[in-house]
Amino acid sequence: MSERPLTEHIPTDGSALSLKDYERVGGYAAVRTALGGLQPADVTQCVKDAGLRGRGGAGFPTGVKWALVPMGPEAAKPKYLVVNADEMEPGTFKDRWLLEGNPHQLIEGIILASFAIQAEISYIFLRGEYTVAQERIEHALHEAYEAGYLGENILGSGFNLGTYLHMSIGRYICGEETALLNALEGKRATPRTKPPFPQISGLWGKPTIVNNVETLCNIPHIINKGADWYKSVSKTPNGGTKLYGVSGKVKKPGLWELPLGATVGELMDLAGGMRDGLALRGIIPGGASTDFLGPEHLELQMDFDTVPKAGSRMGTGTMIILDDKTCPVGMIRNLTQFFSQESCGWCTPCRDGLPWLEKTLAAIDEGSGVPDDINHLKRHVKLLGPGMTFCALAPGAMAPLGSALTRFAEDFERHIREKRCPWKN
Amino acid sequence: MAIIYIDGKPLETQDGQNLLEACIELGLNVPYFCWHPALGSVGACRQCAVKQYRDENDKQGRLVMSCMTLVTDGMRISVDESESKDFRANIIDWMMTNHPHDCPVCDEGGECHLQDMTLMTGHNYRTYRFKKKTYVNQNLGPFINHEMNRCIQCYRCVRYYKDYAGGHDLDAFASHNHVYFGRHEDGVLESEFSGNLVEVCPTGVFTDKTLKEHFTRRWDYTTAPSVCVHCALGCNITPGERYGKLRRIRNRYNRSVNGYFLCDRGRYGYEFVNSDKRPKAPLKRQMIDGKPVHVPMTRDEALSEIGKFFSNGSKAIGIGSPRASLEANFALRALVGAENFYLGLSKADGKLLSAVLEIVLSGPARQPSLGELKDHDAVLILGEDMTNVAPIAALNIRQSVNNQPRANAKAMGIPEWNDLPVRRAMDTDRGPLFIASVAPTRLDDVATQTFHATPDGIASLGFAIANFIDPQSPAANVSGEVRALAQQIATALQSAQKPLVVSGPSCRSEAVIQAAANIAWALCRKAKPAGIYFAAPESNSVGLGLFGGANIENAAEALRKGGADTLVVLENDLYRRVPAALVDELLSLAKHVLVVDHQYSATAQKAEYVLPGATFAEGDGTLVNNIGRAQRMMQVFNPEGEITESWRWLRRLRAASGKGREDEWISFDSFLHALVAEIPAFSHILDAAPTAAFRVGGLKIPRQSHRYSGRTAMKANVAVSETGVTADPDSPMSFSMEGFSMMTPAALMSSFWTPGWNSAQSITRFQEEVNGPLEGGDPGVRLIEPQPDSAVPYFDAVETNESHDAAWTALPLYHIYGSEELSASSPAVAELSPKPYAMLHSDDARARGLLDGDAVTVKIDGQEISTSLKTNDTMARGVVCLPAGLEDAPYIEFPAAAEILRSVTS
Repeated sequence: MSERPLTEHIPTDGSALSLKDYERVGGYAAVRTALGGLQPADVTQCVKDAGLRGRGGAGFPTGVKWALVPMGPEAAKPKYLVVNADEMEPGTFKDRWLLEGNPHQLIEGIILASFAIQAEISYIFLRGEYTVAQERIEHALHEAYEAGYLGENILGSGFNLGTYLHMSIGRYICGEETALLNALEGKRATPRTKPPFPQISGLWGKPTIVNNVETLCNIPHIINKGADWYKSVSKTPNGGTKLYGVSGKVKKPGLWELPLGATVGELMDLAGGMRDGLALRGIIPGGASTDFLGPEHLELQMDFDTVPKAGSRMGTGTMIILDDKTCPVGMIRNLTQFFSQESCGWCTPCRDGLPWLEKTLAAIDEGSGVPDDINHLKRHVKLLGPGMTFCALAPGAMAPLGSALTRFAEDFERHIREKRCPWKN
Repeated sequence: MAIIYIDGKPLETQDGQNLLEACIELGLNVPYFCWHPALGSVGACRQCAVKQYRDENDKQGRLVMSCMTLVTDGMRISVDESESKDFRANIIDWMMTNHPHDCPVCDEGGECHLQDMTLMTGHNYRTYRFKKKTYVNQNLGPFINHEMNRCIQCYRCVRYYKDYAGGHDLDAFASHNHVYFGRHEDGVLESEFSGNLVEVCPTGVFTDKTLKEHFTRRWDYTTAPSVCVHCALGCNITPGERYGKLRRIRNRYNRSVNGYFLCDRGRYGYEFVNSDKRPKAPLKRQMIDGKPVHVPMTRDEALSEIGKFFSNGSKAIGIGSPRASLEANFALRALVGAENFYLGLSKADGKLLSAVLEIVLSGPARQPSLGELKDHDAVLILGEDMTNVAPIAALNIRQSVNNQPRANAKAMGIPEWNDLPVRRAMDTDRGPLFIASVAPTRLDDVATQTFHATPDGIASLGFAIANFIDPQSPAANVSGEVRALAQQIATALQSAQKPLVVSGPSCRSEAVIQAAANIAWALCRKAKPAGIYFAAPESNSVGLGLFGGANIENAAEALRKGGADTLVVLENDLYRRVPAALVDELLSLAKHVLVVDHQYSATAQKAEYVLPGATFAEGDGTLVNNIGRAQRMMQVFNPEGEITESWRWLRRLRAASGKGREDEWISFDSFLHALVAEIPAFSHILDAAPTAAFRVGGLKIPRQSHRYSGRTAMKANVAVSETGVTADPDSPMSFSMEGFSMMTPAALMSSFWTPGWNSAQSITRFQEEVNGPLEGGDPGVRLIEPQPDSAVPYFDAVETNESHDAAWTALPLYHIYGSEELSASSPAVAELSPKPYAMLHSDDARARGLLDGDAVTVKIDGQEISTSLKTNDTMARGVVCLPAGLEDAPYIEFPAAAEILRSVTS
């Protein structure tokens, strides 16, 4: 059995690890180490050396991100650390496990990251529907304040950190880090112009780091056990383990912590394979906004560098499985409807392009598609691609659509030709 | 300077600007929506996409949004490349998915930026085959019509309304393609600058509601460059006429004055021009059935009958007007003689105006232009509610508070045009703005500190500030708290790069004006380039002041002395300026009373003769704004009947009386020369606009567009043959479509059009650079410049008398809607005018057992005014504020001692 630093202590009965239990298994030791003698730059360097890449989906090296924050007495104040716990990517439920099972691990990560960038204030921006996590984080924050891990002069180190929980009201776009910052400021959740990046001008115009929950949960282990250990638990040059998930019509959908670089096939095995009578047709590897893979990719390693070679991205590492008895057009229609509804409405291509696609896909699905619709969809995949829109939402929506149009071309054409959905009666 | 390559051609651009601005300055047709020259770039609409290449070997390139791309030396882009063209056409395709194809019934049609951009991108055929979505529209009040279905979600409206104009009640609601721009519920838009939405909106979501009553397409107007008459700022406007009715007012860009924006009083106050009550022929009062009635007479009858009163040997008293042009006032002065010419101001008004003029003519502090107010980085307002008195000045001062915080953005290397990051870097930081006033003002929300006190209290604060800056300046006796505030303000002004002191006559206090001067002068003496800026009451107050002369009370004395049979009142309702008893006396003292005005005012109604004057839209003239900027307004259209400029009537009378030759001052230009010869202070007004002899390529400048329709038919109900074109001897403009409309000097530009650019956005095509002056320079000339080496002594500080005796001090509060005479009669403005009230500090009211809403009687000078009580928690103590200038309200000479009694209910 490989190491599972992030999840090994999460109680199997569905409860959360208490502060006492967390401390018993080494919790907050990393905070004591860091605040007890490390320089902020040491923490950042250690994270850089460990090769930790952001687990929110984009895979940006975490230490490099932190190193962009202005440091020293001249730097703007206050600085902020913001936890992106707005887990709304379809098919993705990995952060929830960490939030509900071991909130102190996250809080320890927050303290370490805040110390590294010398942030005085941190916010946990939590998905509105995660009410169980809300309760447990509130409780954990209370415990952490009581125990002196948060607040003024933490553990006598002179370092101050206030951590607050903020509940999202529930828009997918809030997961985009700059839209999240706008939402946190009480403004419309529209993404911000970049540059300047949040590291320079983030929350209320001040230097800010936004990190994903899983990313931050890695930090205590990196500090405790070192960069070399961290790299050793991974099958790739990027260190660490990864929470992988499988959903769809498999026998045992679920979530597992595995060495970074586990293969698609290993995950399918853990999920018990397809349900009886169904065959694997397609895989969306990392949340809805990644390109389809297929049955030919079972040997593919799920990591940041390998998946792109197969034409997709690892994303959040939580796969959605398409079987051969489910209509791919219907699936794409459903996804596109989601993205269309979740567009913030700021830029034209996304705001007006996605609803058009949604309507076109609905027409095809319902048997009123016309042959030119395929060209229309293909054109939009290009027009809503990277660089054309203000943020990555629409390009993300184009990933499953674009790959489906290639992979399932015959299915689309058949819908139009037969003027009906072949999967429905 | 940076050299960039556009489609292979090397072109010069300015460093630091964005690619869209560069393309606009180069005259290229790059379409855009969300960018606006006053609002900067946000990258939302994606319409201005162009191809950018890494180097000359890069054939692939990538799409960039030109508005978000900083120009760099050697950069290579293509506007013509097919992928970018295709993308731009698609943006329109997307916008059109829900845009109704209702151009024929849309008020924006023909001057719609969306139409222009649609044509520019070549998006011709609709490919969207699904149902459109519809919205519910809102009633936003009397000024703005709301039609959300046309919205293309460019976000300009909320960026203008909230970020620029400081409004709070227009916002973006909902998300994805349901984004809705409106209020949280139906209701009148609160901002005094809401009308600009009409020009900011690139399509027909926000349109002019008053225009709806008499709608006209853009190409069918007759227009001429003009100047707003509803306050003293002199905002440049383009009035539009058709069928003898003034249809609307649009902004006329002038960087040194109003820039891109007008206030709602200026935009919607125009309908007094169309009033049925106006005199349209010379009128003579006759007794019919025992009642005095004005009956029309012909021009010749009038001239021969009235002319006699001015013949040699007879003496007439002339009362001028701060709302009449220089030319009109001069013509009156010439008719009655300088010694018999009186400014149409009360003694108190005259004194305040003289105080301001003395300061700006003799002192070292420069008066910034209206446009330059935006550039100051620390502002002190002493005794004015700028939003209600000088609205666009308030809008520009609101921008000035961003100047210091903008440094945050600059330090992060964010270009000034990159609007969202700049605003984020500024966050809630604001530069210094201090407001001392009697009652809260509409700029308080961005003020560093506000201070509410009596005029004496405000003046004392001012003197104390000046004394902190320069101890040579007289000290004031103030409390410790006021002293601390004075020191804070003095420090803020001294540590700024460009401090500004703003004041004016609204407090009715010379001391407040003088305190402002002391502060500005103290800063000047400490080598700070301090500006001084005074609000003035009316459109030509300063011009009238420069004539010099005595006041209405003096005119009454002269009449009382005898010897003068005739009183001429020029464009002036004396009942609004001095107590009614005095006006009644004036009118009865003179044997003959002649009023020349375009309004049938209370004074005109009592006159023996009324000559129908022209409004700003019907005549030529020069107005001098609050800082002494002389600006020419050109006649827009020929009015009906005998209406003509007052100066023309007075010239005719002069000729008819035998004083002047028949052919004297026949042309406007010869008249101007006579004016300048007589009063050298006005010598520069000759430069305000080209002479009537000016031609471009031998042709006049047309007032009508080349698309003007119906001219062979529009008067067919009168005569089927096409009517001839009326000659215009006064200006180089013609009342027709013929002429040369290109390369027009800025002073003659009223319609900004180039091929493909039919909307208000076309203005960038006529600027020397984005946000720069109009090509050839902004029109208007400054008549007053500072005396940098002036050794003018400081004014003495006032003795503050803060003792609260039994009487209240009544002071005026000015209202953007209602306090100004002409606009108040426009229905839309009248709808928003306040009801009469008396306002007290809540504690003052409570101490006398009065509550908000109580019926009270205010006794002033023997008059009893029944009104309703308003209370306020922060206004000055011991003061009762009354709305100024409301229609039908009795004249009060402020400040006045007042008594307040609870009204006895029967």
